[in-house]
Amino acid sequence: MISFIFKRLVQSVIVMLTVALIAFSMFRFIGDPINNMVGQDTSQADRAALTEQLGLNDPFLVQFGRFALNAAEGNFGISYKYRQPVSSLILERLSATLELSLVAAILTLVVGIPLGVYTALKGKGLLSKGIMTLSLIGVSLPTFLIGILLILFFGVMLRWLPTFGRGDVVALGWWTTGFLTLSGIKSLILPSITLALFQMTLIMRLVRAEMLEVLRTDFIKFARARGLPDRSVHFKHALKNTLVPVITITGLQLGALIAFAIITESVFQWPGMGLLFIQAISDVDIPIMAAYLVLIAFFFVVINMIVDILYYAVDPRLRADSSV
Amino acid sequence: MKLRTGLFAAVAAVALAATSPVQAKTFKFAFQGDLSSLDPHSLNESFLLGTLGNVYEGLALYDPNMQIVPGLAESWKILTPTTWEFKLRKGVKFHGGQDFTADDVIFSWERAGRDGSDQKVRNSMIKSITKVDDHTIVMETPAPNPILVQDLPYLFIMDKEWSEEHGTTSSTSAAGDNAGNYANLHANGTGPFKIKSHEADIKSVLVRNENYWKDIPTNVSEVIFTPIKEAPTRVAALISGELDMVYPVPVQDWERLDNAKGVKALTGPEARTIFIGFDQGRDELLYSNIKGKNPFKDQRVRAAFVHAINLDAIKEKIMRGAATPTGLLAAPQVNGFVESLNSPYAYDPEKSKALLAEAGYPDGFEVTLDCPNNRYVNDEKICQAVTSMLAKVGVKVDLLAQPKSKYFGKVLATSGYDTSFYLLGWTPGSMDAENVLSSLIVCQNADAKKGMFNLGNYCNPKVDELTAAIGSETDQAKRNAMIAEAFKIVKDDVGYMPIHQQPLSWGVSDRVTVNQRADNGLDYRYVVINE
Repeated sequence: MISFIFKRLVQSVIVMLTVALIAFSMFRFIGDPINNMVGQDTSQADRAALTEQLGLNDPFLVQFGRFALNAAEGNFGISYKYRQPVSSLILERLSATLELSLVAAILTLVVGIPLGVYTALKGKGLLSKGIMTLSLIGVSLPTFLIGILLILFFGVMLRWLPTFGRGDVVALGWWTTGFLTLSGIKSLILPSITLALFQMTLIMRLVRAEMLEVLRTDFIKFARARGLPDRSVHFKHALKNTLVPVITITGLQLGALIAFAIITESVFQWPGMGLLFIQAISDVDIPIMAAYLVLIAFFFVVINMIVDILYYAVDPRLRADSSV
Repeated sequence: MKLRTGLFAAVAAVALAATSPVQAKTFKFAFQGDLSSLDPHSLNESFLLGTLGNVYEGLALYDPNMQIVPGLAESWKILTPTTWEFKLRKGVKFHGGQDFTADDVIFSWERAGRDGSDQKVRNSMIKSITKVDDHTIVMETPAPNPILVQDLPYLFIMDKEWSEEHGTTSSTSAAGDNAGNYANLHANGTGPFKIKSHEADIKSVLVRNENYWKDIPTNVSEVIFTPIKEAPTRVAALISGELDMVYPVPVQDWERLDNAKGVKALTGPEARTIFIGFDQGRDELLYSNIKGKNPFKDQRVRAAFVHAINLDAIKEKIMRGAATPTGLLAAPQVNGFVESLNSPYAYDPEKSKALLAEAGYPDGFEVTLDCPNNRYVNDEKICQAVTSMLAKVGVKVDLLAQPKSKYFGKVLATSGYDTSFYLLGWTPGSMDAENVLSSLIVCQNADAKKGMFNLGNYCNPKVDELTAAIGSETDQAKRNAMIAEAFKIVKDDVGYMPIHQQPLSWGVSDRVTVNQRADNGLDYRYVVINE
């Protein structure tokens, strides 16, 4: 197990380096950072001097090497725009993104799995059909539009919930949380629903399909033949056997929730990493973009590692295989 | 809504009863961008300067109509053409309690000129500052400069003691190692508001400086600024009553605001002129099908282009009637504006076709138009309109619209002015026509730092001569006559295709009254919360 984790960590370094390399080769096509860093009256000589000081005239491999070496020491450089260390800027926003993604993930599972089971069991019911139709809308509407519609309905028309931001937050050391204030919790509702909606429908449809598959297998028939109660058959036997693919997808989607919170964050002006990143793109703030992409790659690797470990817990066959 | 406000007011009243007898008046607003730094010399950009102008002050201030009024200097007079005497205001204190004196002015001027500062241009307008006594200084300029004070509102004064104590004697910069600069996240000015907290790109809170030296209209005790990048979110936050003001509001949302209860769109002409320029410098255009010669060198071709554009249609169809079509590169708010030259070139497609034929292009030609798509109000749509209007006279325009970072990376001096035909906007930082002439109109001259934004290198020696003379003429009447003469020449040459002054577009709640300044600046001094 320990060697497995170690191998994964080595892999993660390679993944992050690759992501950084690809990112650096793209930055040249995003535009010129200098014009965003100075006013219109700044002279050509001063602009050229700034370009030189930032090392932007160096070949891209040199820039990449410098970034990789500094990053290895935990130094991600200074944001061009905010003139603050990138690591502290990202850390300030990490809690916002993680809280949002976590709530969205919980929503996804708590709503998605039961609905999936329900629609699999009561496929012919009217309610089931209604849920399936709604879920189609959930997968086909773009996140941006869902966010705006929710804002218009609950924020502008009903005025129940805030339209933007995180509300009041409480600082617990470097971590800031919105869970402890009423405005913080109210602010979480719309963005987390927006972020979760697509994943929710995905998980629901996945659980439904897997359940239908499993319910047709022989061992369920035998379980029924043994006279086990329906509840036990459905949840103890059938559901547990659908979980392996569900865990894989959930793991991948959790990474996606963090990474693709960008759109939700910008619609709701949620002060997380994604918003910082999207702002950095329009300002060509290279240090922020590079650090963000590397961090996201790291998240994906770690989440997948946890998913792999969870397989062992859920599927006894894997444990048996590994001892061979 | 009524119930909600009532409830909030009740809660707020209970909360406040314990702490203060005076009811806090909070003004909440959002802007599309953010306050990148609190350092007053870090970036010469209008939102940063406009916002920090509530915290820091210069020797002179802008009044609500952008006229210069005394600020930290009580008065000034010209001693000789190159020396000015300033009487500094007595009894002014910084937020930290330090006295404002001549040393602070000298220190701040020096700081603005050090490495990392983006205010070197303003620093270089002054050659030296001599302290006569604690409240009198004499400034010497490198050449006679009749409009020196025009540039003083944004040369912010910091406290020398405070800056030295916190090791922030030079400006915050992204390059080099002074990123941990104290002034980047802390402020100590003389202005009517103090920074209470500042989280870059998240939220900034300012509170009223009760010891402010001047009597000002505002009754606001706290200002909360949030950047909101997405326009629909910004507008929704205003309509839902969470914010008192947002800007900018998309032109197409004005109607929605006017139909909503309790909010309105506040619009007016901005001092920014949008125009299109032609590459007149190269012997062959970079992006055209005409080889071996440059059609834009021919005045008739440029004239044909300007007569092909229907500015009123752009105003009505794209700007919802809110733009002001112009014939001049300087807006009415700019010192030296010439009313008589401001009427646009007439829309006359027949004349345009005739001129093109006369110049030897009866079937027109092809050229690429460079255009930003997220810099000015409806910039890409304007370019599309220009493209289709030119098509009607036979000119085939290939439109290249890009985000501003890519656009500026292509067309500016850094890439060697890689454009043949481009759309740009300009607000002179000094609010004076000389800045327009020396940045946009005189021949490109990198050594003299002139004509840096004259991307197409329009070049007329007579205009250069006049601009040089304007720079050092101290007699206002003579100076304005020369400005008018220079603009007349540019207009006859058809050096540029002016489009319009773009509209300012703010969304304001009925709860507050604000003053909309022509440079898009929000001065908290004039924000009043209505009872």
